[in-house]
Amino acid sequence: MTATAPDDGIHASLSGVTRVYPGAAGTQPVHALGPVDLDLKRGEFFAVVGPSGCGKSTLLEVLAGLQQPTQGTVTFEGRTIVGEVPDGIGVVFQEDASFPWLTVADNAAFGLRRSGIVESEVQRRVDDALAFMGLKDFSRAYPAQLSGGMRQRVCIARTLVLQPRLILLDEPFGALDAQTRLLMGDEVLRLWRRTGATVLLITHALDEAAMLSDRIGAMSARPGRFLDIVETGWPRERDSTIVGEARFGEITGRLWDNLRGESLKSLGYARMAAE
Amino acid sequence: MSKIGWLRLAVIVIAVGLLELACRSGLIDHRVVIPPSEMAAALVRLLISGQANDQIARTFGIVVTAVLIAVVGGFALGVVIHALPRVRHALDPFFATYYAVPIFIFYPVMIAIFGLSAVPIVLMGVATAIVAMIIATLNGLDRVPRVLDKVARLHRMGRIATALRLKLPAAAPHLFTGVKLAVSYGFIAVIASEFILAPAGLGRVISDAYTDFNNQRMYALMLLLIVVATVVNMVLHVFDQRWAERRGIGKP
Repeated sequence: MTATAPDDGIHASLSGVTRVYPGAAGTQPVHALGPVDLDLKRGEFFAVVGPSGCGKSTLLEVLAGLQQPTQGTVTFEGRTIVGEVPDGIGVVFQEDASFPWLTVADNAAFGLRRSGIVESEVQRRVDDALAFMGLKDFSRAYPAQLSGGMRQRVCIARTLVLQPRLILLDEPFGALDAQTRLLMGDEVLRLWRRTGATVLLITHALDEAAMLSDRIGAMSARPGRFLDIVETGWPRERDSTIVGEARFGEITGRLWDNLRGESLKSLGYARMAAE
Repeated sequence: MSKIGWLRLAVIVIAVGLLELACRSGLIDHRVVIPPSEMAAALVRLLISGQANDQIARTFGIVVTAVLIAVVGGFALGVVIHALPRVRHALDPFFATYYAVPIFIFYPVMIAIFGLSAVPIVLMGVATAIVAMIIATLNGLDRVPRVLDKVARLHRMGRIATALRLKLPAAAPHLFTGVKLAVSYGFIAVIASEFILAPAGLGRVISDAYTDFNNQRMYALMLLLIVVATVVNMVLHVFDQRWAERRGIGKP
């Protein structure tokens, strides 16, 4: 299955990408991903779902330039990504990547200060990002004084201030409870609409993917390949209230039809998956 | 001050008060232990007279030198060993058993090599303290979240910038534990070395006072060492606690 976008407004793409991890001493190499072809349209919200260990995060890291593909090419804005994260890509990880020794404001300003932007502009962008993420009143707090959801918002603010054109989200709400995840989903939709950035979300939650995305790629068990691409057809102005619509159930049902067998395979129930 | 702080102070005051009572009442022979109030008065007289100033400066200078070498050297060695997993694997058993070896048996060897000077004492201080710092550095670097490496690459940070801007602050609470241990071990090693054999220093003066039955001088200097070691450790403890609270590591 090729997740190729129907028009030419391609923002980033993976072409014939595979990733094989060399085996440790005495073990076989691990074929984690691919071959995968994926075209991300400029400004779209694309989610990737798949069973645990299917290579979703590997796909994100290859796209970000954090890992080199074993085969294939990765391009962003027409340029091939080779060994370095290109300017214009921001990543939010599943793990808490906030810096506990810095205040919320200093966390958000970290990347800007490294890039040598004048302090007045740093302050303006940080204030703006913290206000947007609802963290203005916590700018002088330390991450330890915040909840898990707020710490993830700090990480999003740190990405947001750099004004990325492609935002990669690696299960950013994986550690949060269901209600907070829904609300964080609304935050991400607001962020997506405001920045106009292309967003790729890795998630294991079908409802999250169905609620947030324009298109959803369902991946097979390892080595991960795209089995199906689902167009959601949601309007750009949407929020978590769409979970009540019939279409939402259809999307999650179709995704589960694709993924049930793959999830069983990933858990080692090969015979059940074949039935 | 917090309730726990008052309780700590009360424990100290009661212990000192009981010792004072025991000494004054004759329960403890005056030739063995003098009352704490006499210790304090003797210390004040000694400090005002300036008779021991050179010795005090020498000993604390050696302690500071030994601790600085141990902390900086231990951190640097810890970083290098952490980057070389095979070397670490080979050295781990030595680190695990290091403090089971009576390091002081090497003091005569160091005197034979470097002479009866400050150098063997500094080396004893370093030898005693440095491994605690190496172990703390290894523990700290082990606990740096791997996601920070990815964050560093996102921000296109080089190795040195990653180490200084991300890994060092992330590992800092563990490094600080190493610093605290290095200070304690450094103090113990320097005073003990001076006490065993040295041309000068507080340990030597205490040893001489002990040999001369000069209780006033001996206890005055012992009190000075206890006060200085306690104050230094309390300052480090308070600093550590404030830092830990800020980082959410917890308040005891």
